[in-house]
Amino acid sequence: MSAALDIQGLTTRFDTRGGTVTAVDDVSFSVDRGRIMGLVGESGSGKSVTGFSILGLIDEPGRVTDGRVIVEETDLRSLSPDHLRSMRGRKVSMVFQDPMMTLNPVLRIGDQMAMAVRVHEPMSKAKALERARDALGTVGIPSPEERLAAYPHQLSGGMRQRVAIATALLHRPAVIIADEPTTALDVSIQGQILAEVRRLADETHTAIVWITHDLAVVSSLADDICVMYAGKIVERGTAEEVIGQPRHPYTRGLLDSVPGQHAPGTHLPQIPGSTPQLSHLPSGCPFRNRCPRATQLCASAPPLARFGDHTALCHHPLETT
Amino acid sequence: MLGFVISRLLQAIVVVFAMSIIVFVGVYAIGNPIDVMIDPGATAEIRENLIRQYGLDQPLWRQYVTFLANVAQGDLGRSMVYNTSVTGLVFSRLPATLELVLVAITIATVIGIPAGIYAGYRPNSVAAKAIMALSILGFSVPTFWIGMLLIMAFAVELGWLPSGGRGDEGTILGISTSLATANGWSHVILPAINLSLFKMGLMIRLARAGMVEAMQTDYVKFARAQGLPDRQIVFSHVLRNISIPIVTVFGLELGSTLAFAVVTESVFNWPGVGKLIIDSILQLDRPVMVTYLILVVILFVIINFTVDIVYARLDPRVRLGGSK
Repeated sequence: MSAALDIQGLTTRFDTRGGTVTAVDDVSFSVDRGRIMGLVGESGSGKSVTGFSILGLIDEPGRVTDGRVIVEETDLRSLSPDHLRSMRGRKVSMVFQDPMMTLNPVLRIGDQMAMAVRVHEPMSKAKALERARDALGTVGIPSPEERLAAYPHQLSGGMRQRVAIATALLHRPAVIIADEPTTALDVSIQGQILAEVRRLADETHTAIVWITHDLAVVSSLADDICVMYAGKIVERGTAEEVIGQPRHPYTRGLLDSVPGQHAPGTHLPQIPGSTPQLSHLPSGCPFRNRCPRATQLCASAPPLARFGDHTALCHHPLETT
Repeated sequence: MLGFVISRLLQAIVVVFAMSIIVFVGVYAIGNPIDVMIDPGATAEIRENLIRQYGLDQPLWRQYVTFLANVAQGDLGRSMVYNTSVTGLVFSRLPATLELVLVAITIATVIGIPAGIYAGYRPNSVAAKAIMALSILGFSVPTFWIGMLLIMAFAVELGWLPSGGRGDEGTILGISTSLATANGWSHVILPAINLSLFKMGLMIRLARAGMVEAMQTDYVKFARAQGLPDRQIVFSHVLRNISIPIVTVFGLELGSTLAFAVVTESVFNWPGVGKLIIDSILQLDRPVMVTYLILVVILFVIINFTVDIVYARLDPRVRLGGSK
């Protein structure tokens, strides 16, 4: 079975005053139908830009300069702008971080969703509203009929995020990019949404790219994990492999900084230093200034260390933990 | 909703009252109209008689009470200069100003808002930069000077349009207006353009600022991620969001233009209320000033009331006060 989403060598650059910056650097991964891929990284690691690059929604001064984005055997980057637009929402859709902002405050939920239905499938408004109502039902919204007439401000954050997810699901897309959709929510709501997303992936066979900085979230949700650092994927593997036996020192550092697995009262280990500016990356491995295992060797570009399908972009991968 | 209307009405009455006192005191402080009206060579007796005739020998508070009592009977007084009822005087001039302002505001809106939206949608394009440069001109070049340039160009040099005055009146739907005749339009178009330029600049800047901001919002990104074409995003999603500040300014501008189209009316010799108020201030025609300024207050109250109702229609988060 071919992958629902197959990304090869995706590269996105931004022209800034200080020169051209590579926000997404030769990123490759693929997601099969019904699988959830966790794309993990700190702020500024390029994970959201990767999401927007997949949909072809990078605005000036940025541009996708290289790579292929194959959704169900169609390379989105080879399409005309209008053809690409017709793929958005229908084959690939996206959910954003802040549910307070993603819905238009002055339009009714039903009107917004009906618009999204009818842009790809011309039908009467009544039919489109029926479709919207059914979609709201699938994501576990009680009395969906009434919600159609509501305005976004009349719903809670969790409900709004469900509406956004329902909107993304309207055309049963092959792929959904979810950009930190639970970060802004309460922990209890977050749990409900995660369970809902897992169920949807299993039932509708949608491939999901779950962008997050929260390793705890992906470890319980994702099938596979990619760890991004400074625009590059530094480690990739199944969730068990990456969480259970991280190979890249950066992933190790991230895992160690998750609170909860340490004795109360002890200091939480941190990764020293801060995320580097993309315009001032060190040569070779971008993580070497902060890495406890760095040597002279790290000034040259790191090789891809393979452990079966589990890979790490590192000169000195962790052999055992 | 009913509560909102009632509370607004009460507010309006208070405002009109307060305004009438301020105007009364202010006008009283400007000077004595008798000094302007009367021949300097008149005898003291004639002078005394006139003063008594207009009730100017009374203390200010009694003059005001008399004025209120007359107003309660629908009488706002008589003009000291024209010697006719001031209500009749003001309302004979009002249609001319109304039609001028209507045409000007329409030009400003119909051209300004689409131009501003385009400039905000493609902020780096050459056309957008040209639009913004023009809006700065409309903003900063004085109205009277542009008015004179327009007269020079279209009336004197080209001879296409008349240089001033109001054209022939006709009747539309029983309303007598110069907008019903071609001759009327040829007279109104130059002053209307002149009056519209500042407002057009304002509309352009507002629409552009709203547009630039809206295009960065998540709901626009979300709509784009759903595959909506930009055209639909602008018209269905963005326009309604950015129209809230535009409606506010539109209302304020409509009011102030109606009240103070003075400069344009003077340059084009347009027989509107703006010219009337300037003349009456020069001649210290007290009743006209008072009536006119109270009319302006009422106009603003009505416009603000309408704007508030439009707000609530545009933005579901706005709840009109009083309807809890």
